[in-house]
Amino acid sequence: MKKVTLKRALLAAVISGLCSQSVFAFEQSRSVDCIAPAAPGGGWDFTCRTIGKVITDLKLIDGAVQTNNMPGAGGGVAFAHVVGKRKKDDALMVASSTATVTRLAQRQFAGMDPERVRWAGAVGADFGVIAVGKNSPFNTLEDLIAAMKADANSVKFAGGSAAGGWDHLKVLMAAKSGGVTDLKHISYLAFAGGAEALTQVVGGHISAFTGDVSEVIGFLESGDLKVLAVLSDERLPAPLDHLPTAKEQNITAVAPNWRGFYVPKDISDEAYQWWVDSLDQVYASEQWREVMRKSGLMPFHKTGEEFKTFVDEQVQEIRALSTEVGLIR
Amino acid sequence: METLDFLLQGFAVALTFENLMFAALGALLGTLVGALPGLGPANGVAILIPLAFGMGLSAEASLILLTSVYAGAMYGGRISSILLNIPGDEPAMMTCLDGHPLALKGKAAESLAISAIASFIGSFLATIGLVILAPWLARFALKFGPAEYFALFTLAFATLGGITGKNQFKTVIAACIGLMIATVGIDLSTGNQRYTYDILELYEGIDFIIAIVGLFAISELLVFIEKHSSEGLKRVVLNKLKLTAADIIGILPTSLRGSVLGFIAGVLPGAGASLGSFISYTLEKRIIGDKGHFGEGDPRGIAAPEAGNNAAANGALVPMLTLGVPGSGTTAVLLAMLVSLNIQPGPMLFTQNADLVWGVIAALFVGNLILLLMNIPMVGVFVKLLSVPPKYLMPIVTLIASVGIYAISNSAVDLFFMIGFGVLGYILRKLEIPLVPIILGMLLGPEMEKSLRHALTLSNGDWSVLWSSSLAVGIWTLAVVGLITPYILGPILRRKMTKEAEKVQITGS
Repeated sequence: MKKVTLKRALLAAVISGLCSQSVFAFEQSRSVDCIAPAAPGGGWDFTCRTIGKVITDLKLIDGAVQTNNMPGAGGGVAFAHVVGKRKKDDALMVASSTATVTRLAQRQFAGMDPERVRWAGAVGADFGVIAVGKNSPFNTLEDLIAAMKADANSVKFAGGSAAGGWDHLKVLMAAKSGGVTDLKHISYLAFAGGAEALTQVVGGHISAFTGDVSEVIGFLESGDLKVLAVLSDERLPAPLDHLPTAKEQNITAVAPNWRGFYVPKDISDEAYQWWVDSLDQVYASEQWREVMRKSGLMPFHKTGEEFKTFVDEQVQEIRALSTEVGLIR
Repeated sequence: METLDFLLQGFAVALTFENLMFAALGALLGTLVGALPGLGPANGVAILIPLAFGMGLSAEASLILLTSVYAGAMYGGRISSILLNIPGDEPAMMTCLDGHPLALKGKAAESLAISAIASFIGSFLATIGLVILAPWLARFALKFGPAEYFALFTLAFATLGGITGKNQFKTVIAACIGLMIATVGIDLSTGNQRYTYDILELYEGIDFIIAIVGLFAISELLVFIEKHSSEGLKRVVLNKLKLTAADIIGILPTSLRGSVLGFIAGVLPGAGASLGSFISYTLEKRIIGDKGHFGEGDPRGIAAPEAGNNAAANGALVPMLTLGVPGSGTTAVLLAMLVSLNIQPGPMLFTQNADLVWGVIAALFVGNLILLLMNIPMVGVFVKLLSVPPKYLMPIVTLIASVGIYAISNSAVDLFFMIGFGVLGYILRKLEIPLVPIILGMLLGPEMEKSLRHALTLSNGDWSVLWSSSLAVGIWTLAVVGLITPYILGPILRRKMTKEAEKVQITGS
């Protein structure tokens, strides 16, 4: 009996050893590709290049991370490329952000939806902000929302994304949780970029600005702009900790513009796990902390299942909001 | 004083070894492009944009390279005007008048040296003008709301043909083609797709750079193939330079006057470098009168137009950088380049990208000095390059263009678009429809549409908002003047210009 048990135990040990080894047996290729779905110089390009450098520095792979720029349709060309042509490529990640999810949620990539890739993780975020010019009568987000409750059209917002884009949605989110019912009549003026929109708000031509924290930092020092609220869960780390959050003003709008990655749908679970683990290691590294500090990215870390659930929720929220104001049918 | 600090910082950017190299390279290529008849500054910059993308340059380096090309082209245009009586580009036309007769007298080297010095003075003074005027205008530009911008874009369109434009109707057609191309892609104000037919590549609209390179560079190749002009220009031998201090002092007052006039012509939209050189020349002729021997090789007749067109070239950068409204074809091309680099020109450029703007302005000073050095001792090199047959040049141009366009997005689709635009450009050239208004239409159309919609959203649909501020009314008045003047002044000016040009052809041949 004893012998048999020992044999069995040994066998079991060997088998389990083999099994566990097969879990860790996934070997990433020597070098991997990172697709930046935009021209060089943009945010996604930056995400790919900086993450790529940290992955190489940490020696998570033997070779290097190559950044491929694939601009078009706000990420749609790259998305269609991955779904159509590289769905089994283990050695591929694609830079993405809240903008990608917004467009997917609103079905702007013909025939595509968020289920057709695997969401690997986010490693930082820029948070939404609502600000007004220095001579504005509004001093808190509550004042602003109160004015909008009386007449939704009384406050005009300028932002750097197209109508229905993320900057527009931030306003709708804040207005909705603040109790504004007439969402359809909120005026949003779309500009080609945050800087152009800010020019109009600072110049006093348009009442309020919606955008990301990184876009307004330069104007905080000059005092040309009053930040009414940051759309984050908690206050930002110093030196931006003097900015109030929307939550403190009883408006529960949280709008992280995260920076992260998706990978192809049909890769093995082991390969997916490799990406998740790698992104966790990157996030924990000293090198990445340094990148975040220099580029003004805020702490935001979700990977694997947690990230997938988060993306799903973001899609639901954006879809519901977009349908409500008639952006999608 | 703040401006001086920024300028010093700018020099710190421009004087790095790398950026100096790009300024020198740009100056060299620009002079070459300017010297070759047919390739104007707009074409030159358009052809070399892919080079900047292909080399993967930073925003500063790309802009320094291309503004140097721009400045270089203004220098280069005079070389073939003087030696061959063929203007290298349109603004250099007036330089033929006295430059070529002086060269015929066996003083080609002096003629080239005088024009280089006048070019330097024009360019230098206009850059100082830019340093003074641009930051001031940038602050002032904060007063521009959507209604004022709409009026400003209307002004840009109204003056599109320019006072010297030949056929206003064809200019309008060209601008409309540009506007039509610009409607493709996502509509910012509603988020809807326009004319994209579910083709993902069209969702972000058509890239300016691809259109520019196709229209200018590729169509140039097609025209060349058709002409079979494989031979270079005739070889010219230069005499030994004998320039005295008295010669330089003699042209100083003329150069100063030409610079000021040219700068003003450059800042005004629609006028441009051609008008700058023309006005400078005619004014100089009037001031000096019978004491000079204009048309027979008077050095002042060379200095005036050259100071004028170089000053105008830099003047045209003022509205481009501060308002995002280009004052000429070449600045339109530079504007497209800025937009592609994710840099939004306008009042905020001076606060948000101070390093870049001042780096480029400092590079203009540096480039100008390099150009002067290049154009006096080394002018022989350019003269030799003039006799390189285009059959060697054109393939190089095409290669650079294709590689560069592919490098922007690694997409073969873009190459097909480039070729498509090349064919379109060729057809339009055959029909004598100008190409620059197409680019302006593409660039300004969406901006104009956006301003109008924003103005009306802000006023809740009340159209009177468009002329509710005195600033807007002022711009509207200018636009009306700009639209009407060509019909009154145009024929008179054009007749004068052709008469002068004919006179030269008679005396020259």
